[in-house]
Amino acid sequence: MSTPNSNLTPELAEIQVEMEQHALNYGLDFFPTIFELIDAEQLNAIAARGGFPVRYPHWRFGMEYEQLSKSYNYGLSKIYELVINNDPCYAYLMRSNGLVDQKLVMAHVYGHCDFFKNNYWFSKTNRKMMDEMANHGTRIRRHMDEVGVDEVEEFIDACQSLDDLIDIHSPFIKRRADRDPYGFEGGAKEEPEQQERRFPAKGYMDSFINPKRQPNEEPEGEEPAPARRVPEHPEQDVMLFLLEHAPLQKWQADVLAILRDEAYYFAPQGQTKIMNEGWASYWHSTIMTREGLTAGDVVNYCDHHSGTLASSPTRLNPYKVGIELFRDIEDRWNRGAFGKDYDECDDYQTRRKWDKQLGLGREKIFEVRKVHNDLTFIDEFLTLDFVREHKLFQFGYNENTEYYEIESRAFPKVKQQLLNSLTNMGRPRIVVEDGNYRNRGELFLRHHYTGVELDMKYANDTLVNLERLWSRPVHIETVLEDRQAVLSFDGSEHDIDWGDDADEIAELEVPH
Amino acid sequence: MSLKIERDQRRFKQIVRGKVRENLKKYVSHGEMIGRKNKDLVSIPLPQLDVPRFRFGDNGNGGVGQGDGEEGTPVGKGGQQRPGGVGEAGSDPGDGHLMEVDMTLEELADILGDELELPNIEPKGNASITQEKAKYNSIRSTGPESLRHKKRTYLKALKRHISTGSYEPSEPTVTPIRGDQQYRSWNTIDKPEVNAAVIYMMDVSGSMTDEQKQVVRTAAFWIDTWLARQYGGIETRYIIHDAVAKEVDEHTFYHTRESGGTRISSAYKVCAALLENELPPSEWNLYCFQFSDGDNWGEDNERAFGTLKEKILPHVNLYCYGQVESPYGSGEYIGHLQGRFGDKYDTLITAEMEDRDAIYDAIKVFLGTGK
Repeated sequence: MSTPNSNLTPELAEIQVEMEQHALNYGLDFFPTIFELIDAEQLNAIAARGGFPVRYPHWRFGMEYEQLSKSYNYGLSKIYELVINNDPCYAYLMRSNGLVDQKLVMAHVYGHCDFFKNNYWFSKTNRKMMDEMANHGTRIRRHMDEVGVDEVEEFIDACQSLDDLIDIHSPFIKRRADRDPYGFEGGAKEEPEQQERRFPAKGYMDSFINPKRQPNEEPEGEEPAPARRVPEHPEQDVMLFLLEHAPLQKWQADVLAILRDEAYYFAPQGQTKIMNEGWASYWHSTIMTREGLTAGDVVNYCDHHSGTLASSPTRLNPYKVGIELFRDIEDRWNRGAFGKDYDECDDYQTRRKWDKQLGLGREKIFEVRKVHNDLTFIDEFLTLDFVREHKLFQFGYNENTEYYEIESRAFPKVKQQLLNSLTNMGRPRIVVEDGNYRNRGELFLRHHYTGVELDMKYANDTLVNLERLWSRPVHIETVLEDRQAVLSFDGSEHDIDWGDDADEIAELEVPH
Repeated sequence: MSLKIERDQRRFKQIVRGKVRENLKKYVSHGEMIGRKNKDLVSIPLPQLDVPRFRFGDNGNGGVGQGDGEEGTPVGKGGQQRPGGVGEAGSDPGDGHLMEVDMTLEELADILGDELELPNIEPKGNASITQEKAKYNSIRSTGPESLRHKKRTYLKALKRHISTGSYEPSEPTVTPIRGDQQYRSWNTIDKPEVNAAVIYMMDVSGSMTDEQKQVVRTAAFWIDTWLARQYGGIETRYIIHDAVAKEVDEHTFYHTRESGGTRISSAYKVCAALLENELPPSEWNLYCFQFSDGDNWGEDNERAFGTLKEKILPHVNLYCYGQVESPYGSGEYIGHLQGRFGDKYDTLITAEMEDRDAIYDAIKVFLGTGK
């Protein structure tokens, strides 16, 4: 593999070659990786933009930057590295870091790059995202020039408020035929007839090449269209639904499409935080302790390594859990401590000393990093022994004390809680139920209640943004205080309906 | 590589200051800091603008943590600082790699000073009171065993071994003898003693709501932090008043709510008595902070100003009046105060605090004089 050009110092370039060779020897497989040495200010600026040097202009990045640079200046936090899922992979190193830190970080980066390239959840992401992001920036800047900064920015804010309402599994499951995101003006009704007569066209030329109505076609009267639901099935990709059905101007649709693309790009990183960090940490520790360390490096290495893996009572450190789980899996598969015999054995000593000398550990973890995401990773490999050994506990909110308190150390509870918090990336699952609610063009969403209520203040504010896009009243059905409730916003007032008109809700509960 | 983060940063600052996009301003939250519990660790306040999303509330929420603790051990507070399961971590795009460092109140005070460009305080008067203090800064060859300086003793023994040639590099045993022993010792030094006291006065009449008290509390926290840093420790006293005043402890100060009217002169009287009896101005650097919504009974103003002028203003380093805005509007006391004393007393400072964001400006006004 060639080492692409970068601005590393000769000394660091040498280390890179060395680290890359170690990584290759261990069987890691990654895109060409470009390291850039930049100073803290630039690193903070890039980190503020989610890792990309060029993106659309927005105050949120300014806010992130403000926080990163302040807390860096006060010595509160420090970013060691940033890796971008892209082909080639870009990794940024902070110039002021010590040599051992850089060495460790490079090993860590190769772990990430391998993960990006091989983990299945990343397989549908755009590998030219660096360019794509820059293009998004240009497009949004152009819209700002045309319609005004405030207006575009306001619209971006509204879209950002909804950008977690996507269907994270949709890149892998074809739920329905693809539709051209720009051809939505035609409406759903004409689509079946039109599809055959369409000429292939780019989005912006489409309305010229494919006129909406064929010349010889007379507008028919109201055909007795079957009462079709829009959407036909509950749609989890709320952003897509809005893109297709909300009355948006061209620039608005473009902005929404951009934000949706970026949300989908970032989604796999949210889904594999534990695995990704665990995998990278596993490799930096393996490479450094077996190959990379000199006697003089040990103390600095340990300092950095333990800092990264420090745990806190309220926040499970993904680095820590990830690396320990990978090590646990490796150890178990090396010993053959899995399968029916092992699971059924309930003698602690026998289990502990279980060793069939299979040596399958390495092979297994490579397979795991290929097919799993955090949710399935935890589901499959979090064991009772692991939870005990690492003192995991489950905590919950105590209404009386207004504190989060430790509730249980029981394995099933800990695991269930962890799985819950990873499901749908820890966000409430919300679907579009009806785009023509009460036959008045109102939007009806449903929150799939799983025991945790929505934050009311946030929900109401989000509805305001949703209404901005939809231009008609919007509703969301959820559960509050164990009762079904529909939150609504009609453009000027918020309303909660506790389900007095039971008919209407019953009607909506058509099983799908 | 093009880096135009400045544009975004400027835009953000404009929004925070309410210059553009005023509808957003209501979302601006300052990362709150009052978290003195954990060994004086605090987080610093940076303005934040939250994007509203559908998200889980506290009710029924929970997560998984790691570490020791019985069932029922609290791990975090509800409300704003939500402890996240790992799911939370997923919201950060990119692969940032952040490390957190603890921060002490002293460091925090320095940051506050930098941020608000506060001048260092010059204690008033000459530090006339001196105190003898023992400082362990020298070495003797005799002393109690508890003060033995092991490192120096070892070094001395090592030197002796080497100089006498009895040191074996292959078997480096060093045995100190009587003459090698080294002990820590002290010198007495005269240290000027600087005393500082802060007296807080707050109006607890019916018109002051919890929101106003929170503003006062935050302001008081920062004032304490800064003055404690400057003087190396301070004494704090609290006075509450409605139509009558009394001295109370800190907890009562922040949690009392009365329904009576407002007579500011009553608080001044208690304050003046305090200065006379317990905190003689000749020995103390005195700081008075008064917070009120400014709705004083009209006929009380004259009496209040009298006490203030005679008994308080001449003796204190600073007298600061902060007027918070209550739901019932802001009173006129601040206007009267300025009208009456104007620029005649440079120890008197007034500031209006409409909301939380004004706290930092107010502190800057209060402490910006360097007194």
